[in-house]
Amino acid sequence: MDKYRLDYLEQLESEAIYIMREVAAQFEKPALLFSGGKDSITLVRLAEKAFRPGKFPFPLVHIDTGHNFPETIKYRDNYVKSIGETLIVRYVEDTIKSKKMTEPKGKFASRNGLQTYTLLDTIEEFKFDACIGGARRDEEKARAKERIFSVRDEFGQWDPKRQRPELWNIYNGKIHKGENVRVFPISNWTELDVWTYIQKENIPLPGIYFSHDRKCVLTKENQLVAVSDFIQIDESDTIITKRVRYRTVGDMTCTAAVESEASTIDDIVKEIKISRISERGETRIDDKVSEAAMEDRKKGGYF
Amino acid sequence: MHILKFITAGSVDDGKSTLIGRLLYDSKSILADQLEAIEKQSKNVAEGEIDLAILTDGLRAEREQGITIDVAHKYFSTDKRKFIIADTPGHIQYTRNMVTGASNSDLAIILIDARKGVSEQTRRHSIIISLLKIPYVLVAINKMDLVNFSKEVYDNIVEEYKTVQQQLDLKQILFVPISALAGDNIVDKSNQMPWYKGEPLLHILENVPVNSDVNITHGRFPVQWVIRPQTEELHDYRGYAGRITSGIFKKGDVVTIAPSGLSTTIKAIETNNTEVEEAFSPQSVVIHLTDDIDVSRGDTIVNKENPPIITQDIEMILCWMDSKPLEVGSKYIIQHYARQTRCVIKDIEYRLNVNTFEKEQNVQSIQLNDVCKVTVKTAAPMVVDSYAKLRTNGGAILIDETSYVTVGACIIQ
Repeated sequence: MDKYRLDYLEQLESEAIYIMREVAAQFEKPALLFSGGKDSITLVRLAEKAFRPGKFPFPLVHIDTGHNFPETIKYRDNYVKSIGETLIVRYVEDTIKSKKMTEPKGKFASRNGLQTYTLLDTIEEFKFDACIGGARRDEEKARAKERIFSVRDEFGQWDPKRQRPELWNIYNGKIHKGENVRVFPISNWTELDVWTYIQKENIPLPGIYFSHDRKCVLTKENQLVAVSDFIQIDESDTIITKRVRYRTVGDMTCTAAVESEASTIDDIVKEIKISRISERGETRIDDKVSEAAMEDRKKGGYF
Repeated sequence: MHILKFITAGSVDDGKSTLIGRLLYDSKSILADQLEAIEKQSKNVAEGEIDLAILTDGLRAEREQGITIDVAHKYFSTDKRKFIIADTPGHIQYTRNMVTGASNSDLAIILIDARKGVSEQTRRHSIIISLLKIPYVLVAINKMDLVNFSKEVYDNIVEEYKTVQQQLDLKQILFVPISALAGDNIVDKSNQMPWYKGEPLLHILENVPVNSDVNITHGRFPVQWVIRPQTEELHDYRGYAGRITSGIFKKGDVVTIAPSGLSTTIKAIETNNTEVEEAFSPQSVVIHLTDDIDVSRGDTIVNKENPPIITQDIEMILCWMDSKPLEVGSKYIIQHYARQTRCVIKDIEYRLNVNTFEKEQNVQSIQLNDVCKVTVKTAAPMVVDSYAKLRTNGGAILIDETSYVTVGACIIQ
């Protein structure tokens, strides 16, 4: 009997491929949101498994805040070229200019909130009816409540009290004009599952995930934020060079580095296995605003 | 390593969220920063005790009301197994969310408050678990610390629940006395209850067989998507992409396309972008056929042996999930995996009283959270199996034709 049983990672992979194909079949204009982070890179590998030797039935879309790590952008462009798929990039900078938006001010002012506007505009521009994203339920407690197919109204809003029942693995993607669905094929994966999969599949990653020397500001909360033009550095700040890596890849303004010697995927898997701190807790400055920070952003149209 | 998916069901204050918190806490799956956040919030709850329920109640409204509204998924693993927990709501108005969590589970933990015994909600949850054919049921009698760890209290509840078990024909069932709050019989055997000879809860979760209902005899492959690159070098490539929901398919197998009934042979099977000799459920694969026949999304490729039922008249148990009532003559969209068509409710045979398990006849309309037996007629033939025989091909959903909301869970008879 064991001959006909899948290992847990194969089970998760098969489920994700199944979900991707449901998106391709049920929607007219889907898109895959690709940031160059490990989760969306995993999605791309899964899409290759779902649709090769055909082309992806959707473009990759990146909402570029302008505050990305240059390594990520370089990786993004090279990777997309290597797999021969289409990439659409839309810039938060353009939204700010065209809509005369106010940029948040302060020391680590983040465009993370403004990103939602650009995303919603992009969805409207291309009439995307489904956006595949790499969010996982283990990341955060509001995300633990998400369906695989998450229906958003025309303002992109998530209504956690009125989610559709989601039975077995039958996904109801029927929506009205103007609405869209956010689809999360790796909902049931944990951070360690993603890393183990990257290791198994030998997927190339941006260099910032691996140990390197970096000049950082040490914040009051003891987080290490990379020195860049996007953050405000005061005279009282301590600037130190540390051996670090990034456990998640967001903007330079809202992602903190972790001290690490892990220079290969194998090292990283070992490190994650013994880590006693969650990835968002360790690296995300934007989640620390309030108890319901993520829930509020999701209600507003964020992922 | 394998995955065990389980739900926790029980009444409002039976301590479901606390049990999950305890499992995560004792298996060291709560990370330092998460624990710090819980401790911060717990201060005004009880003296010194951290409120483990905060872990799963992820929405603001849930924390405010102290109840669970929607399913929260939690993940943890031990050296033996990976676990996916669906923490489901106890309140009757959120039953549909419980059904959502239950539909994908291999095991259900039913919590019973030792002071209260079997309640209405215990019965309602048990009935849903029995309808959805969750293979294993673990009845956890909780708050034993509040009844002085009394064997007599425990024995009485076990007896009481056994009547429910018989009425519902629940087969594989285990009982365990616990205190989720204090941690008795969760990870380690409790010193307080030497009379309990069984294993602690986590040990049971680690050792209960998974995929015990895996089917290797009834090949079903619903076609999701057709891969046709139409490039020069892959001019004739036509692959049927989908996930095998049950059974095994081998290169060279003679298969039938349902519902059309056309017969053909499997030319090749691909998985991971490479050719393989055979594939089995739940693998996502691409199948190539020898003959150039009409096959598209919604068709199912099936084995010659053990064929499915092809029908337009379907008898089903229905869990109704909409505030708009269902009546004879109501029309809906029915979705059965990759196949969608319209259907009409022909007859309501009975409504199941979830407290007495009585089948109530002559019912005119079905309300939110009712369970009933109905007959529907579909606009096109469906390729189905009885849910009792083949769980992976016996479920379907009803979708409202104008709101597009999922309104019913169909368990095909």
